[in-house]
Amino acid sequence: MRFGFSDDQLLLQGTVRDFLRKECPPEAVRRLWASESGHDPALWAKLAELGVLGALAPETRGGLGLDERDLVLLLEETGRAALPLPVVATAAVAVPLLCELGEGGAEGAALAERWLPRIAAGEAIVAIGHPENAFVADAALADLLLITDGDALHAIERTPGAASGSSSVRCVRQPANDPGRRIYAVKCRHSAETRLAAGAAARRLLDAAFERGALACAAQLLGATEQLLELAVSYACQREQFGRPIGSFQAVQHQLAEVKVQLEYARPVVYKAAWSVACRARSRAVDVSHAKLAASAAGALAARRALQVHGAIGYTWEQDLHLWMRRAWSLALDWGSEPQHLARVSGFVLADGAPIGPGHTFEGAA
Amino acid sequence: MDLLPTAAQQAFRAEARAWLEANAPSSPLRSFDTREGFEDHRVWERRLHAGGFAMVPWPVEYGGRGANLLEWLIFEEEYYRAGAPKRVNQNGIFLLGPTIMEFGTPAQKARFLPRIASSEEVWAQGWSEPNAGSDMAAIQAHARRDGDHYVLCGQKTWASRGAFADWLFGMFRTDPASERHKGLSFLLVPLDTPGVTVRPIAQLSGETGFAEVFFDDARVPVENRLAGEGDGWRVAMATAGFERGLMLRSPARFQKTAQQLVALYREHAASAGEALRDDVVRCWMDAEAYALETYRTVSRLLGGGKIGFEASLNKIFWSELDVRMHETALRILGPRADLLSEAPASYASTRAGSASGTDWLDGYLFSLSGPIYAGTNEIQRNLIAERILGLPRST
Repeated sequence: MRFGFSDDQLLLQGTVRDFLRKECPPEAVRRLWASESGHDPALWAKLAELGVLGALAPETRGGLGLDERDLVLLLEETGRAALPLPVVATAAVAVPLLCELGEGGAEGAALAERWLPRIAAGEAIVAIGHPENAFVADAALADLLLITDGDALHAIERTPGAASGSSSVRCVRQPANDPGRRIYAVKCRHSAETRLAAGAAARRLLDAAFERGALACAAQLLGATEQLLELAVSYACQREQFGRPIGSFQAVQHQLAEVKVQLEYARPVVYKAAWSVACRARSRAVDVSHAKLAASAAGALAARRALQVHGAIGYTWEQDLHLWMRRAWSLALDWGSEPQHLARVSGFVLADGAPIGPGHTFEGAA
Repeated sequence: MDLLPTAAQQAFRAEARAWLEANAPSSPLRSFDTREGFEDHRVWERRLHAGGFAMVPWPVEYGGRGANLLEWLIFEEEYYRAGAPKRVNQNGIFLLGPTIMEFGTPAQKARFLPRIASSEEVWAQGWSEPNAGSDMAAIQAHARRDGDHYVLCGQKTWASRGAFADWLFGMFRTDPASERHKGLSFLLVPLDTPGVTVRPIAQLSGETGFAEVFFDDARVPVENRLAGEGDGWRVAMATAGFERGLMLRSPARFQKTAQQLVALYREHAASAGEALRDDVVRCWMDAEAYALETYRTVSRLLGGGKIGFEASLNKIFWSELDVRMHETALRILGPRADLLSEAPASYASTRAGSASGTDWLDGYLFSLSGPIYAGTNEIQRNLIAERILGLPRST
């Protein structure tokens, strides 16, 4: 029993943090927001080089062969940077989904063989059309689309570099509040050839994908929350009113102290969920929902309080604060909203004979 | 990261569970804030001590079991699972004990720790004074050196367990010319010393959970001083850290309350409705979050880390959670929430034999003290802001 990370895990996290601080500053985020494609292939390739994109892929496919316990720290960093690229769908959801498909038959194995090395090399983006998400994030950028139709899961492969709207996929962008995550209504031609799984097999894959997507959002939310708090603290230290920094007023201090409390009690929940997913613990659905709820609440509070501390300047487009506020808001909505996750936890807690109370916390491991 | 218990940890859990099932009282003891209840609890502590479970993480030579903090968490889980009595000597075992271990001389450790572990000596705390509450550095009670004794004068108040305890620990001004944090010393005082007067104070519940203590030329040997003369503030801050953090507020307590809250909701689901259901589920999640953060902290401590100002984060989280859980329970109970436990069982909030059976009203009143004692939550927020976040000092 050890609830903590190894030096190696923390080292890799630190490397990704330093990299993103340099390569993805607020100006870079804004550039991507405004750009036509919303993509930065050079940045994507460098993320791959660091191992972020192929972290969960086996080493034989060009990946690092790590699991969610490692990836959760890297995703935290992408949240801290408000990185507007589809890391969640590609690195956290698609890679393990492809690995699972690879174990399920010749067709899946071929698909995994084709795509995992390309993802790990930073040459491919994957979008996920999951029934729990109303729209498909970053669909127009995707080289590979893993999408459901009824009870079946399909793989739509697009020619590398082909413009959206070519081939068999039609993506209609939906105007949305977070420009760092472009969402699309997607129509595509499914066929027997594109079908990967159906019925119970597809359900299993989709359920696992849902846990991974929600966990990844929770991890990014931790990073975004920490960044919002840091921005608010640093502003409160500089900004003077009544002849002193506003951060010396208790009315301001206490607002930010409460954010810190909520953040530090969301963190272990997210880390436990990462462990549950990595170990396929029985409790993973509840753990992931708890993580998503806790991290979303911390993010929402941080956004609210950071804005209040900044005052009117924070209410402008020019100030960078909203880069993270928008992340905090949109991540809370992706991969299961609050009522959905709360219902999953309720179902567990309120069931007859639920294993709750002292001593049950790690029981779902088996 | 590996969250699975080892075989040894599982065996320890089974051992603790079996002992508690065989030994824990089958019905609740009288409140330890009454004279009779206080002695009932002391008897229970002796039994726990004889069974080797009084101080699980303490070294064997001081009456402990020599287990590590993870095993202590496991023991606490089993303790609350068994519904065993509250710890009457919590000031001694959770606050003073660790402080003596850190600052005491070998002679002091040998003199005090075994008697704390066995509850032969039950302790009260003497922090607050009429004019020194949140501003603890304003302490006025003083101790004048006279040969190999200190002569104590002044007053302490809100001394928890003060009404029936044997000893009191607290800070006294040993340098009369000193101000604020300087010139204070941490002294251990037998409450039967001539010149010490204890006046019990009825709390919100009506019971005498704390007391005022007056010192009129009470003589205490110099060897009852913990750490150096004038070093009291540093010692007291360590004690406060133990109180806010890990030891005293083990997560099992809140997980047990959350579990009882879930049971209460299930009994009253038809009348309670969906909004309360969500509140109940959120309470359960927060109790789990508190447990997880505690396990994370313990892992860090076992790796050589220290508890610092993050104890303030704990204190806010558990105290507010405790209030919220009890508030939610009272809302579920509706008009019955007002009834005391001696009301007829068919009406009262206490339902003997049911999983939710606990005195929610009494628990609510007690929970309201959480955000006040051990440093108010406002003081904790100041500490978080200034010591953790690095905001400028408020003036």
